[in-house]
Amino acid sequence: MSRETIFNAVLALGLLLFPLWAYVADEPFMITLATRVAILALAGVGLNIALGLGGLVSLGHAAFFGIGGYAMGILAHHAQSYTPLMEVPFLIEGTKSMPVIWLVALAASALAALVIGALSLRTSGVYFIMITLAFGQMLFYFAISWPAYGGEDGLSIYVRNSFPGLNTLDPIQFFLIAYVILAAALMFAAMLAKSPFGLALNAARQTAERVETIGITPYRLRLTAFVISGAITGLAGALFADLNRFVSPSMFSWQTSGEIMIFIILGGVARLFGPVAGAALFIALEHVLGGLSEFWHIYLGLLLLAVVLYARGGIIGTLAGREVAHD
Amino acid sequence: MSFLLLIEQILNGLQFGVMLFLTAAGLTLVFGVMGLINLAHGSLFMIGAFAAAATAAATGSFVLGLAASLAAAAAAGALVEMLVIRRLYNRDHLDQVLATFALILIFSEGTRWLFGSFPLYLNIPLALSGPVTLPGGIEYPLYRLTIIAVGLLIALGLFLLISRTRLGVQIRAGESDREMIAALGIDINRLYTVVFALGAGLAGLAGALVGAIQSVQVGMGEPVLILAFVVIVIGGIGSIKGALIGSVLVGLTDTLGGVLLPETFKLFMDPASATAVGSALASMLIYILMAVVLIVRPTGLYGARA
Amino acid sequence: MMKTKSLLLAATAAAMTAGMALAEPVKVGMITTLSGGGAGLGIDVRDGFMLAVKQAGNPDIEVVIEDDQRKPDIAVQLADRMIQSDDVDILTGIIWSNLAMAVVPSATAQGKFYLSPNAGPSALAGKGCHPNYFNVAWQNDNLHEAAGAYANSAGLKNSFILAPNYPAGQDALAGYKRMYEGELAGEIYTKLGQTDYAAEIAQIRASDADSVFFFLPGGMGISFLKQYADSGVDLPVVGPAFSFDQGILQAVGAAALGVKNTSQWNKDIDNAANKAFVESFEAEYGRLPSLYASQGFDTANLILSAMAKADVKDQDAFREALRAAEFDSVRGEFKFGPNHHPIQDIYVREVVQEGDVFTNKILGVALEDHADAYAGECKM
Repeated sequence: MSRETIFNAVLALGLLLFPLWAYVADEPFMITLATRVAILALAGVGLNIALGLGGLVSLGHAAFFGIGGYAMGILAHHAQSYTPLMEVPFLIEGTKSMPVIWLVALAASALAALVIGALSLRTSGVYFIMITLAFGQMLFYFAISWPAYGGEDGLSIYVRNSFPGLNTLDPIQFFLIAYVILAAALMFAAMLAKSPFGLALNAARQTAERVETIGITPYRLRLTAFVISGAITGLAGALFADLNRFVSPSMFSWQTSGEIMIFIILGGVARLFGPVAGAALFIALEHVLGGLSEFWHIYLGLLLLAVVLYARGGIIGTLAGREVAHD
Repeated sequence: MSFLLLIEQILNGLQFGVMLFLTAAGLTLVFGVMGLINLAHGSLFMIGAFAAAATAAATGSFVLGLAASLAAAAAAGALVEMLVIRRLYNRDHLDQVLATFALILIFSEGTRWLFGSFPLYLNIPLALSGPVTLPGGIEYPLYRLTIIAVGLLIALGLFLLISRTRLGVQIRAGESDREMIAALGIDINRLYTVVFALGAGLAGLAGALVGAIQSVQVGMGEPVLILAFVVIVIGGIGSIKGALIGSVLVGLTDTLGGVLLPETFKLFMDPASATAVGSALASMLIYILMAVVLIVRPTGLYGARA
Repeated sequence: MMKTKSLLLAATAAAMTAGMALAEPVKVGMITTLSGGGAGLGIDVRDGFMLAVKQAGNPDIEVVIEDDQRKPDIAVQLADRMIQSDDVDILTGIIWSNLAMAVVPSATAQGKFYLSPNAGPSALAGKGCHPNYFNVAWQNDNLHEAAGAYANSAGLKNSFILAPNYPAGQDALAGYKRMYEGELAGEIYTKLGQTDYAAEIAQIRASDADSVFFFLPGGMGISFLKQYADSGVDLPVVGPAFSFDQGILQAVGAAALGVKNTSQWNKDIDNAANKAFVESFEAEYGRLPSLYASQGFDTANLILSAMAKADVKDQDAFREALRAAEFDSVRGEFKFGPNHHPIQDIYVREVVQEGDVFTNKILGVALEDHADAYAGECKM
């Protein structure tokens, strides 16, 4: 076993044991924090498929995060107000069922990723960063000024959505849902990286010409990766909205895109567990530093700076050596 | 809408564009020469505005305020370059994003720690306040005309700097071939510090000039940062000419879109919802412009190949 | 000496045990904006609130304060923490409507009291009202309605109105139009966070308006006022107090002089509570109190007044005690309507200069005993 595998196992176990401890110690808020870590890590796992594996630096993943959130918000809003989503040409009702919401979130964000990706992938490098940012900003301003679903005020859901056989209002049960989905996404990402598709994608990231000579178009590879990436981040958005029982345009903001990206850089780019490590550290810092001083952002900034300058390759890169396992 | 009003709005769009150019020039310079994504550019803008406000309040002189903004931002830029940025040139864009994001946090809260949480007072000098009447009877604020003049002067100055001076030769050489310039015996560290300080100084000056007719407060740099990125990406990164044309394009699109779209929707909608829908679309317009430009020309209007 | 002191303490303790029913400790969770661009408002609310707590000297009130960074999801997370871990009885502090919408419905559904020191979205005043939700400031539309009423009495017949394109902005224009009886020379929605208003000012100049009404909170208002003053357009300006508040007036400077704005509070309202508040706030923090500080101060005093009458664990009794609102509000007369929103006078103020300081003075009452327009929709 490599050091990275051991580290990953410890991290996975830690993220499970911490809320279980909190459950025993009757600290429900700690469970909520762990749930937040799991969900934001999931968003990062999504972005990492585009960013780590495909080399596609997207500063617009808030678009998919927000679409997932609004999929939850809109469906639940119609369900709780007993008004159908649409009646013509056929009747669509709202729903409070998590699995249905997840499917809609996945589909909607995948579709958005297909459109945004198809257009954005004509560019590369910094231009790609900026065109994805542009699409995110379009959706942000649209969500703010579109009055039907609350505009900037967002949508509140009074009761968390339901999952068959579970009580989702119980923090530990909702955490387990998020944790299982995160684990599934991590396994999927690991398999994807080792699959012929993942290998080709990785090769296209390093030398695009090489894959072209064997008859693969990098554009299609990258578009596929971008769609998968967007869909997973969208699913995370739906869960995040359910965690807060609330959705608002701030999920679409460029700061959200930046934060998801920072989780990955902090944890280690292209590392399977990079987003998990990054999200855990970021949330922990926010929680601990927030209580220290009114000006705690200064400390957060200094710590982040220290990580970039002295811990190259993020936390996992520093702790587990420089080799990326699947390279 | 009358013809005269339309002319005035075009003038407003141009003026907004030049204001954007002021903030974007330093960003595109730093990006073109060092290949660095500097998210903290907006913070340097803010530092300039705060330095100007503090100095103007202490001395009562707007000109001294401008000088202070230039000096403070350039000094902050040089310091940050030597302490942090210098280590990032060989890193990928991601590390640069994280590091300069961290700098935003430090600068923003540091400024709040120094100056408090309330906006500062900075006003235009008496000599430049109030409107003047332009040919055709348009009343236009003198200060905004001054901003247009200063912006164009800076654009000219940058063209001359890059095409005519020794520093310009070095900058151009640095853009195209880093090893080459080191082989020529030029101290590349010093060159980069100078270019970064120059970019920072321009941002600070813009902060002071723009701050005089806006709100000098913590966080004023972030919206500016995004707009500056939009501008330099549309123009093509690294190109001063591109930044100028991109700025004017964005300025005109934003201003005229905000004015004309609601009017257009009123032709076939009731006024209240036309205003709402038109404004919603107008707020998305510059991002739509940017996406369209990049789809048609993936490296911006005047960019080299990526 | 030691002995007498400990005896005294024991006596106090005994007295407190005797009055146990009224002395159950109350834990208040304050979620407000203390970092970033909007921090000034949160700091004022906090300082006003804590001043009242300090003056009361009541050892039975404990306040936990956290910074929401003006982010809805952080506010929700803090509310979860305060409810789940800190076990607070009352939540308060939120400045922004969108954050209030994120926190309030779920907090009240979980059986906590929420007292709003600033935001008053219409959704929480009408259909979404809740017995445990009290608004100690105003319903969002109130100050705009007062501006509309003032415009009528000032004989303004053709207003040009503008606000940012988001729910509070749409409510603002709706609120103004609800009371205003004249014509509209134009109606514009600007971009949220916009900093340059040259295009809007040109439209105002080209219209045949006789006045301008605007709602542009925070930095947006500062930018607009500076640019408006410099444009040479000299139509009278009317607005809600938010853009003419003590915290930002110094940044606007002379550009705001003479502007009429509407507020439920000002530092020259003539009552003993207000005089004492203004003096002690200045002594404590070295600056003049703002609208927001007054709202924080009133919120704390409302809680303290209810604590004197009922035990917070007895929700029904405590709710009644809150509803009675028997405290000396710095605004003078203050009572709650059926939807737990204030019924109060709203004044017209004018921006004036006193020495080096820009501030407001009261001109008169714009709306007397004003309630909000949504109370009828509230079924409680």
